[in-house]
Amino acid sequence: MTGLGEASDRPDGDDTTDTDEPTTAVDSTGGHAPDGGLDTRLVVDRGTFHLDVALTAAPGDVVALLGPNGAGKTTALRALAGLVPLADGHLRLDGVALDRTPPEARPVGVVFQDYLLFPHLTALDNVAFGPRCRGAGKAEARARATAWLDRMGLADHAGAKPRRLSGGQAQRVALARALATNPRLLLLDEPLAALDARTRLEVRAQLRRHLADFEAVAVLVTHDPLDAMVLADRLVVVENGRVVQEGGPADIARRPRTDYIAQLVGLNLYRGRADGHTVRLDAGPAITTTEDLSGPVFVAFPPGAVTLYAERPTGSSARNLWHCEVAGLETHGDQIRVDLTGELPLAADLTTVAAAELGLHPGAPVWATVKATQTHAYPA
Amino acid sequence: MRKPGVPRTGARMVPVPLLVPALVGLAFLLLPLIALLVRAPWRDLPGQLASPEVWQALRLSLLCATSATALSLVVGVPLAWLLARTEFPGRGFVRALVTLPLVLPPVVGGVALLLAFGRNGVIGQWLDAWFGITLPFTTTGVILAETFVAMPFLVISVEGTLRAADPRFEEAATTLGASRFTAFRRVTLPLIAPGIAAGAVLAWARALGEFGATITFAGNFPGRTQTMPLAVYLALQNDPAAAIALSLVLLAVSIAVLAGLRDRWMRAS
Repeated sequence: MTGLGEASDRPDGDDTTDTDEPTTAVDSTGGHAPDGGLDTRLVVDRGTFHLDVALTAAPGDVVALLGPNGAGKTTALRALAGLVPLADGHLRLDGVALDRTPPEARPVGVVFQDYLLFPHLTALDNVAFGPRCRGAGKAEARARATAWLDRMGLADHAGAKPRRLSGGQAQRVALARALATNPRLLLLDEPLAALDARTRLEVRAQLRRHLADFEAVAVLVTHDPLDAMVLADRLVVVENGRVVQEGGPADIARRPRTDYIAQLVGLNLYRGRADGHTVRLDAGPAITTTEDLSGPVFVAFPPGAVTLYAERPTGSSARNLWHCEVAGLETHGDQIRVDLTGELPLAADLTTVAAAELGLHPGAPVWATVKATQTHAYPA
Repeated sequence: MRKPGVPRTGARMVPVPLLVPALVGLAFLLLPLIALLVRAPWRDLPGQLASPEVWQALRLSLLCATSATALSLVVGVPLAWLLARTEFPGRGFVRALVTLPLVLPPVVGGVALLLAFGRNGVIGQWLDAWFGITLPFTTTGVILAETFVAMPFLVISVEGTLRAADPRFEEAATTLGASRFTAFRRVTLPLIAPGIAAGAVLAWARALGEFGATITFAGNFPGRTQTMPLAVYLALQNDPAAAIALSLVLLAVSIAVLAGLRDRWMRAS
């Protein structure tokens, strides 16, 4: 487990734990399991794919599982719901072991990626389905469903079949359906992936509000860093079935620990060995940093911090100077993103004017510099 | 719906080696039906159809085909679910066994039924000794024979629909607290209802036309086991006009079934 960032400190964090660590560190013996919330280690074997992910969360936490496609996020979610059996590990929710509990008996609500609203039932009956199955009478279940639809602003659509709902409405019905059983763990699988860009913005804001109101643990799965950072207060990055980094959104954005995360948050990332202010990169050259560290470290800097020159700069004070070659160019917002190879592979952002003045084209030799103050080094 | 750039039908010649056999095949399928209509004793038809024997056979046919369909639904839909949704050793083998009656000559099916449920059959002797139940040569025997032949149509049709239906709806129901049976009853069953209906119609039509297994297992007793196809066959030997009249009734029923299924097949094409 990696250290947890300052951004994940929550006022309602578990009081019994160290103040530097808002959630209890994962302990496979379960000795420090919190009484409330989620404490699990999910081990799933599927042929060549092996998932081993540990998660803890206090009631009120919203945790995002972030990772590339095929990383095992959805498998982890299905294991939490009981739809995939655990090969090993444990699952405790509010102090109760759920490892062997069948999915229908778990206090878990799921919002599926494409919602899976029952097409033959109205929005109201979809939401009332859970309460009915959990023993409520017909009238009571419908009353509860009506209240949830009201809360989602969907009172007018209670009688509509799912195919007549817009994407945003269907998403809210799915959320209402999952919440109507009063789950102690809410699971959301790519909750915004099925929406178009415009609806997405609006639904994301609504979902954030509903998740903030939710008093138990919410775990959402996404491959979109923006969704994760807006919706969750803690990110767990999963790659190849393992947790590679975990922390608050700000911490993850500032200190990525894998190329995948660095790419997500738009940073150049290198691994190396620090000796004072100099870091000898595994990739080759040395880089001068402001931090005074020793041992294995990561060095990160944004593409915007890179300055390019056509000729070797003579008067430049920058000590981080590398001879590179342009590998590719693309527009990136209102800037040009230049991919460089050579002494140090890196990405640089410059204005269109600057790119034109330099006469950049694939294969063009350039000199790249980065000021030490623009770099950020942290222990690996 | 036509994609731009694709020539309209007729703009390109249909190759003769395909066209000629196609027309021959079409004619072969249609000619017997046309012959039936041409030779039908239209003038005597009202009188033929008014005879009590025709109505007796038709009523028995409808009763037995409908009962066989109902029986197939009660046990066939769960069987289809088992084949489509669960994993067990030898499932492929079981599936092959279920489809066997589709290819088995019905007469062989009738013989097999006799050996199982006949008075001295493997099960029949106990049914007779313990409960005094005799199945062969009874109306119940007709229903069993028709079920044996027709149920595979229903099972295969429903299994296909189940496989095409998204199993994640059942998972969603499970996470909402539904047991697997509740999920099946309240979510899966409504979703596959059209497939079940189509399978039931196919099974019903097959049961209605059943001949070989019925005559072998249940015999040919007017009013008790003589269904329409049996009546047609019998009538053909001593009263061809009656046979044609009976055939026309069955043809009308078949066309009605086809019309009922038309939407489904149109959608598939």
